[in-house]
Amino acid sequence: MLLELQQTFRATVLSEDDVIARHVRATRGPISRRIGVYRNNVQASLIEVLAAAYPVAQRIVGKRFFHALAREFVVRHVPHVPQLSLYGASFADFVASHDKTQALPYLPDVARLEWARGEAYFAADAPPLDPATLSTIEPACIGDVKLRVHPATRLISSSFPIHRIWTVNQPDVTEVPAVDMTVSESVLISRPRYHVGVRLISLADAAFLRACMAGQTMAQSADAAMEMESTFDLQGALQQHFLGGSFTALELPSA
Amino acid sequence: MLDEIRKRHPISCHGVGLSLGSAQGVDAAHLERLQRLFERVRPGLVSEHLSWSVIDGAYINDLLPLPYTEESFKVVADNISRAQDAFGRRILIENPSSYLEFTATTMPEWEFLTRLADRTGCGLLLDANNVFVSAANNGFDARHYLSQIPASMIGEIHLAGHSVEDEGESRVLVDTHGAHVCDPVWTLYRELVARIGAAPTLIEWDMDIPAFAELSREAGRAQSIMDELSVKERARVA
Repeated sequence: MLLELQQTFRATVLSEDDVIARHVRATRGPISRRIGVYRNNVQASLIEVLAAAYPVAQRIVGKRFFHALAREFVVRHVPHVPQLSLYGASFADFVASHDKTQALPYLPDVARLEWARGEAYFAADAPPLDPATLSTIEPACIGDVKLRVHPATRLISSSFPIHRIWTVNQPDVTEVPAVDMTVSESVLISRPRYHVGVRLISLADAAFLRACMAGQTMAQSADAAMEMESTFDLQGALQQHFLGGSFTALELPSA
Repeated sequence: MLDEIRKRHPISCHGVGLSLGSAQGVDAAHLERLQRLFERVRPGLVSEHLSWSVIDGAYINDLLPLPYTEESFKVVADNISRAQDAFGRRILIENPSSYLEFTATTMPEWEFLTRLADRTGCGLLLDANNVFVSAANNGFDARHYLSQIPASMIGEIHLAGHSVEDEGESRVLVDTHGAHVCDPVWTLYRELVARIGAAPTLIEWDMDIPAFAELSREAGRAQSIMDELSVKERARVA
């Protein structure tokens, strides 16, 4: 009995149909209004979660359109874990396949960037790698070292200028300049301590980082970068990664 | 950061996702997540709601109401016992704000709660604003409800603001946590503290959050009621 009531209640709050009405009562006024309080609590709170996770996507499409899109997402994809920081991971895919957003082909990747920021924010704490550790390694072995990425490090690559789009759609930007949509961009997200950083990196650097993430050695990762761009500056790239806290540890080659 | 806070202050963990009213039982994975958290922060108080939100693996993000029946009682009592066993500690159960009643209900909410405390050994977290909101929406007497809860069961008190949505005859009070605690709720609080003594009290204000000074004044008001009543108490004893 309780199970059926809960199933009926779920169907009620995720639709516009008051199927629970015959099991409940109100002291005064129409029961539909009372049921509506629960429906609104559920839907509005989840829409708020999405709006907080995707502020730039909301700014691009406008608040009203975003809310309509989010409401559709909410009733089709309810959360499965009682942990709202995990809710909305598939919103970018939903946007990519939605017929009303096809005129904005870059929007899904911008949303992926925003989701990666949220993931970085909630990722486990870990100390960033101290570059001094690298100097303790024998020069002959350095190519075989593996750089372990920090738990908060994320990499988003797109065939659109997503870093530029993200930057010009920050709340403090009042006049959005024209953006050249033919540029591909890779964005590195890191959070060595409390602040989430968003940095544009070269396609070669992205290839380097992607190889590190896949567990390749430093030499293999540098090769991957060099294939992309023969002039890849490994030293300079590493310096930036150490400053930004992209890595957390070194793995020495097993002798 | 939580570890740093824990070094300086005791922590109270208040949950909204355990779904103690789920007919299908509590989620083992969520119990384990919470257990790991409690092991780490060793909270002074742990509390959850008399409500449900999980059904067929979906998490309906709200504190949904239960019919107060013998069947529900058994479900909730079993779920509370399971949670207390997993955590290795007593938890407090909070009364929800409600906007409707189930026709199947056979007992008042205060009776359902006190029986839960008797059966499982859990304590109660009384939200005076939720009692006020539910009483107005469902037509019962808030003062009588509060008077029926034994002092020994009450481990914590919540206060909050609500909104009044008028539409002709059908007035609905909605628990928003977005306003000052209203005067009638302060009165209920004062009466409650006069009966049971000082208790850990939380002002819930998580929407339209005001400046810290204003929030702090609201908390100070609760503190001064407790202080004033305990001075009176001491004077009477002397």
